[in-house]
Amino acid sequence: MKPIIRVENLSKQYRIGARQGGYDTLRDVISGTLRVPLNLVRRQGRAAPKTIWALRDVTFDIQPGDVVGIIGSNGAGKSTLLKILSRITEPTAGKIELYGRVASLLEVGTGFHPELTGRENIFLNGAILGMRKVEIERKFDEIVAFAEIEKFMDTPVKRYSSGMYVRLAFAVAAHLEPEILIVDEVLAVGDAAFQKKCLGKMNDVAKHGRTVLFVSHNMGAVGTLCNRCLLIEEGKVEHDGKVADVISAYQSRLYPAVAPTSELGKVDRYGSGKAKFTSVGITHLGPERSEKPFLYPGEDLLVDITIAGESDITDANVALIIYDYSGYRIIDTNTAIKGSFLSLQRGEEAKVQFQLHEVLLKPGTYVVGLWLGGNGEIIDGITYAASFSVEADPETIRHSETFPGTYQCKYSYELQIDKLPQNGSRIVNSD
Amino acid sequence: MLVTRTSEAAVPAVGEVELPRRPLVVIEAGKRRFLFKLSEFWEYRELLYFLIWRDIKVRYKQTALGVVWVVLQPLLMMMIFTLFFGKLAGIRADDGIPYPLFAYAGLLPWTFFATAANSAGNSLVNSASLITKIYFPRLMVPVAAVGAVLVDLAISFCVLAVLMVYWRIPPNRGLVVLPLLICLVTGLALAFGTLMTALNVRYRDVKIALPFLLQIWFFVSPIIYPVSILPARWHWVMALNPMTGIAEGFRAALYGRKPFAWTALAISGATTLVLFAIAMFTFKRMEKSFADII
Repeated sequence: MKPIIRVENLSKQYRIGARQGGYDTLRDVISGTLRVPLNLVRRQGRAAPKTIWALRDVTFDIQPGDVVGIIGSNGAGKSTLLKILSRITEPTAGKIELYGRVASLLEVGTGFHPELTGRENIFLNGAILGMRKVEIERKFDEIVAFAEIEKFMDTPVKRYSSGMYVRLAFAVAAHLEPEILIVDEVLAVGDAAFQKKCLGKMNDVAKHGRTVLFVSHNMGAVGTLCNRCLLIEEGKVEHDGKVADVISAYQSRLYPAVAPTSELGKVDRYGSGKAKFTSVGITHLGPERSEKPFLYPGEDLLVDITIAGESDITDANVALIIYDYSGYRIIDTNTAIKGSFLSLQRGEEAKVQFQLHEVLLKPGTYVVGLWLGGNGEIIDGITYAASFSVEADPETIRHSETFPGTYQCKYSYELQIDKLPQNGSRIVNSD
Repeated sequence: MLVTRTSEAAVPAVGEVELPRRPLVVIEAGKRRFLFKLSEFWEYRELLYFLIWRDIKVRYKQTALGVVWVVLQPLLMMMIFTLFFGKLAGIRADDGIPYPLFAYAGLLPWTFFATAANSAGNSLVNSASLITKIYFPRLMVPVAAVGAVLVDLAISFCVLAVLMVYWRIPPNRGLVVLPLLICLVTGLALAFGTLMTALNVRYRDVKIALPFLLQIWFFVSPIIYPVSILPARWHWVMALNPMTGIAEGFRAALYGRKPFAWTALAISGATTLVLFAIAMFTFKRMEKSFADII
């Protein structure tokens, strides 16, 4: 199919260093200009301004109806890409062809004026985002209802709480109807309930066959919404493909030191240090308790931990935490739950083995964290101690598509097909 | 089999999307265009309207006197200048009308010009948050700033009407030239404001220098004194300042006591046109880097 966005060899260079202030004064320019002929004679130019390539030779196509997640570390070039696509800034080299109307949402509430009322700001913001006045009028009630601030429509937005402000701003943006929607990390605002609502709205947009480009650090949101994902690192498209694959590539980049077995000498840790985790080892057990490099859903997992005592500790609790790719804590288990506590003296070493049975996690990469503490004291804690991956079991999965989510319980189903009456009058709730 | 069915339903129904054969927008590096795309301005006309509407709404919010300020400013200026220049310095209007009216007719275009130029000159920098977050024709920003001040000019004219009734000055035929003069002063404010705002993005010196520059401009323009107080051989130098033709033109049009200085007016028009061309050229050239350096 013909792409709706075509990006060819796109590059963007920024000057950094002396000009970082963003603007220069006339004096700099005058003195600089005066020095030019002087430098020509001396054959030594002014120190060349330092430059960085925010984007370097980026090429990709986006098909209509694609919902593309764009992920990558801070400063990788994601926002620069969105800014060029939104025509805010110009590329240094390369070309983009857009075959649809673009609306970009790089910030919620762009152009909101604090002195204007909610009602006035809906019109202003709508116009700024590219809506026609009649369009805003038509959707006005919907926008107000979505924002849930009917009572405050005639209050200046400077009197709004930050939550109300964000809700109103997102409500306007959510009612845009462009062919291409470009969104930058706007879901990082608002309370959990509102975020859920926003995700739902974005999902609707995607369902209507519109094309969405979506930058986020929230891997959960990317996993739920997107059908394709781009990983951008150091100004280049490093991975492009199925969401789960790209996210796990990103994950392995993020925690390169994290491996199934690791010596925990040089990791980021917190706590008093009276005792320290020295190593962690993960063993995946298949059928007949055979060891494997990865886990299939429903298999057992062994986590071996060693702890060295630096000074005496008594009645401490050892905890094992497992996070999914979005950093969400899925499993948090510890020895205290089972009623056992650890006491350790200086010079002693403790070995703890957690045996997790039938781990029903969906395919993906998971991070293991460790925590030791007790009596109101954190002795040692490591957020990223090791990682393991769960793979789709080719024997049991007949359908190639992976669906979002982290937990898959064991299930079965029954299927029954009935004939509907011809007039269809038995359908009460057609919604 | 059931699994397959659900998955088909989960995939968004696409395919109906009809794409245009040629791209709606092509973004290319280093493409230089010298002219603005007029069709684009038409497309964004509603945004211009809302930007002007915002400026007007916001300007006098949370002030006790509100729109009264628009009336008060030129009136107070008129009184002060009448006191210092009309009475103490003894400057006389050359067409025999009372000095307060003489000064007001000059202050009318000047106040508009100075306010518009200052507000347009700072408009881009003040809209930095818009410029770095969303695309629209950047020229809309200074144009809207000037547009919003036009409303003040209209109110000032209403005050003038009251003053003319008070001093019993009948309307005259010269008034038909007034729209032309208003266009000229608007064009001048637009040209100067646009040039300043583009430079301001890059050189913040403009922000500091602009009020000072306008102050000097005010005194070298015949706003509170007639051109005739200068020796005739200097009149052509005065005419190079586009404000000369405008201020003298306003007085001739409003009171009809002296003939139009058509030559001065023509020179004003030509200078304005040249300034306008320079402003548009500069703005267009700098426009692409606004978001990066603002």
